[in-house]
Amino acid sequence: MVCREGVEGINIVLTLLYLLIFPGFLFLFSFSLFTQYLDRKIYARIQRRVGPPFLQPFADLVKLAAKEDVVPEKAERFMFTVAPIVGLAAVFAAFLYLPIVAPTGLHSFDGDLIVVLYLLTIPTLALFLGGWYSGNVFGQKGGMRVASLLFSYEIPFFLALLTPALIKGSWKMADIVNFEVTHPLALLVSLLGFVIGIISLQGKLERLPFDIPEAETEIVAGPLVEYSGRRLALLRLTRDVEMVVGAGLIAVIFLGGPMPLLFTEPAYLSWIWGATMFLLKTLFVIFLLIVMKSAVARIRTDQMISLAYKWLIPLALIQIFIAIMVRFMGGI
Amino acid sequence: MGRVKLPIGPQHPALKEPENFTITLDGERVVDVDIRIGYTHRGIEKLMESRTYTQNLYLVERICGICSYAHVVNFTQNVEEVLGVQIPKRAEYIRTLFLELERLHSHFLWLGVAGHEIGFDTLFMYTWQDREVVQDLLEMISGNRVNYAMNTIGGVRRDISEEHRKKVLEGMDYLEKRAAYYKEVAINEKTILARAENVGILKPKVALKYSAVGPTVRASGITVDIRRDDPYASYTETPFEVITTDTCDVLGRVVVRVLELFESIKIIRYLMEHLPSGEIVVKVPRKIPEGESISHTEAPRGEDFHYLRSNGTEKPERYKVRTPTLANLPAIAEMLKGAYLADVPIVVAAIDPCMGCMDRVLLLKQDSDKPGEIIEGDQLRAYGIKWYAGRGWKA
Amino acid sequence: MKVPGKMLPKIIGFIFKKPVTVLYPKERLTPPDTLRGKMKFHLDRCINCGLCARDCPSGACTMHEIDSKKRPVFDLDYCTFCAQCADSCPKDAIEMTNEFELAHYSKGEAIVK
Repeated sequence: MVCREGVEGINIVLTLLYLLIFPGFLFLFSFSLFTQYLDRKIYARIQRRVGPPFLQPFADLVKLAAKEDVVPEKAERFMFTVAPIVGLAAVFAAFLYLPIVAPTGLHSFDGDLIVVLYLLTIPTLALFLGGWYSGNVFGQKGGMRVASLLFSYEIPFFLALLTPALIKGSWKMADIVNFEVTHPLALLVSLLGFVIGIISLQGKLERLPFDIPEAETEIVAGPLVEYSGRRLALLRLTRDVEMVVGAGLIAVIFLGGPMPLLFTEPAYLSWIWGATMFLLKTLFVIFLLIVMKSAVARIRTDQMISLAYKWLIPLALIQIFIAIMVRFMGGI
Repeated sequence: MGRVKLPIGPQHPALKEPENFTITLDGERVVDVDIRIGYTHRGIEKLMESRTYTQNLYLVERICGICSYAHVVNFTQNVEEVLGVQIPKRAEYIRTLFLELERLHSHFLWLGVAGHEIGFDTLFMYTWQDREVVQDLLEMISGNRVNYAMNTIGGVRRDISEEHRKKVLEGMDYLEKRAAYYKEVAINEKTILARAENVGILKPKVALKYSAVGPTVRASGITVDIRRDDPYASYTETPFEVITTDTCDVLGRVVVRVLELFESIKIIRYLMEHLPSGEIVVKVPRKIPEGESISHTEAPRGEDFHYLRSNGTEKPERYKVRTPTLANLPAIAEMLKGAYLADVPIVVAAIDPCMGCMDRVLLLKQDSDKPGEIIEGDQLRAYGIKWYAGRGWKA
Repeated sequence: MKVPGKMLPKIIGFIFKKPVTVLYPKERLTPPDTLRGKMKFHLDRCINCGLCARDCPSGACTMHEIDSKKRPVFDLDYCTFCAQCADSCPKDAIEMTNEFELAHYSKGEAIVK
């Protein structure tokens, strides 16, 4: 379902539907609120508490949007406002390239994996800039910590996600997904990459044990400290959507996304099946993230950087080496 | 970024109670700490001078919520020493039971708070659930979960029935299993070790110089425990050991407190199995003769020291309290030098700060060469109204 | 090498168990009988000595003259529920019950006579 063919009326309508309803804006919005609900509920149940009701994330968003939006005197108004908007726009755009119902996303081309990875970096930069320009010493400290995390976790994330691309030999997500169906054993080869990808994703999303930029007990919400009202609502939504997109990316690259497609005809049935498979795999990855969050304490910035450089990056390099060996020996 | 002065407190999520630590940061390292106290000063010592001894029993309890019973024991021991009465044996055992139950609940609370400070909310929730077992036992025997109001001058007010005794022993069995679980988790969990090892170092000589007390100093290898050095209540009879480690860091303090849980359980079991029968209170007159006395106990946080001066009437003349957190506070400044910013909350939490207890002294800051002034209450109120009016607020 | 996540095996099991929260006010815990709640005053046993009002630490118990008899009146807004009045009374005219749900809407509403 791509809009390559000319300007036909029905194609424009379908594309708009794709962009705005499913799997674009509305679907992503509600799915990320649902994952926030799951996150908080499972976290609470692990701690033997009750947890929030189903509509809680939506209620939080509505409440925040209705509150007064204060810009401090010392903050740079333009950057302070633009940062959350740019971050949110980037993650929404990244979702469109993921293969959800079929091996190709809205628009599939060679190198779309790199584009998605690039778009996923922008929210972190947006957080850093938002914290820096907020005019508060806590915000600047938080912004600096976000930047330190950026240097630590982008590299293993990229390297880990490189592995299936290397095994197949293409930068196109559609090719990788198709390859995973024909060669299911490729999953075992990139198992180490899967683990590293999940740990680095937890670092990218700034969740426990890597949530030092937003450590509540130390620097009072870090770069978010001066945000309120609508801008804070946008930042929190960015955080949730980033989790869905990141987990979805890992589900697509390592677990095969919407494959294997059981029905090819009729079209709508294959969409429903593909979407369900994609959702289940994403939810599985998110479940792993939630369990990781509840079992450990928060580690310091310097310990995080040494974890990334001493353990994650060398392991990721070993994984790439294994992938190259398998490719050449297997003659794929 | 140059040197930045970051105010931690008085309102800060890391602190449970308001105090101000102004830290000077160089990048992520702490260079200097400036401590200011006095935000929760309530004037309890002055209040005590205008109430009778019986009324003061309940005021002394409310100095602190977590170590409240240690304060009451000190108070009653002071008055009993001035009077020269000896309380019955059963009353001594019941007092010791409550002191140890309080230590249990305080250490479980502390484990949870420390877990929360380093971001480990699961540990926080689990330890506080187990603490509910202790709270239920306390409520069952004394009638309240905090501020038990068990003591009176001359003994205790309520007795322990056979059913209560059995329930206490059952509770101890459950808590021992949970304490063993926390010992395994807290000492072996990699992320806790990463946050607590080699953080907040307090060398023994420095600890003695600043006269730190309690688990803070026992983690530096110094064996100081009032229950062993100057026994009171029934600590002469119960067998227990003083726990020390010599790692001098936050991990040592965690280990000391977790192992002290086991010792408390041991003491409580001994007390419940060897409870003597008899009276629980002796009658005392209302007017206390002239005299002075001091008393100190080992509260869960350290040595708690009280001084009483009576003048033959129903009301005390002067009462002075020195709580363990006040003794540990100057040590914080030493512990924080050279630490990371991220370590500040856990180091402050490791001494188990109870600022409500501690704010008993007025801190006069000598910022200028002017001598200090004493301002009356009405003058202060007029000054406050004028100051706010100058900022545009209507009175 | 120690791997982080020591608590992991136990906590997964808790996801499917019932939480420990008591859903007050639908479910309630029963307080023990020894709980110090609202006091009950037996007028017939009172001998008007005033010891309860003398010993009350917070001034909740004050002596008033009602129907030409002096008796104590307890204001629950000030009461600390310490039960010193019950201990001081030589005739056991004051007794603590375990009623603890004492929230009220305005000052002076909760008086025990």
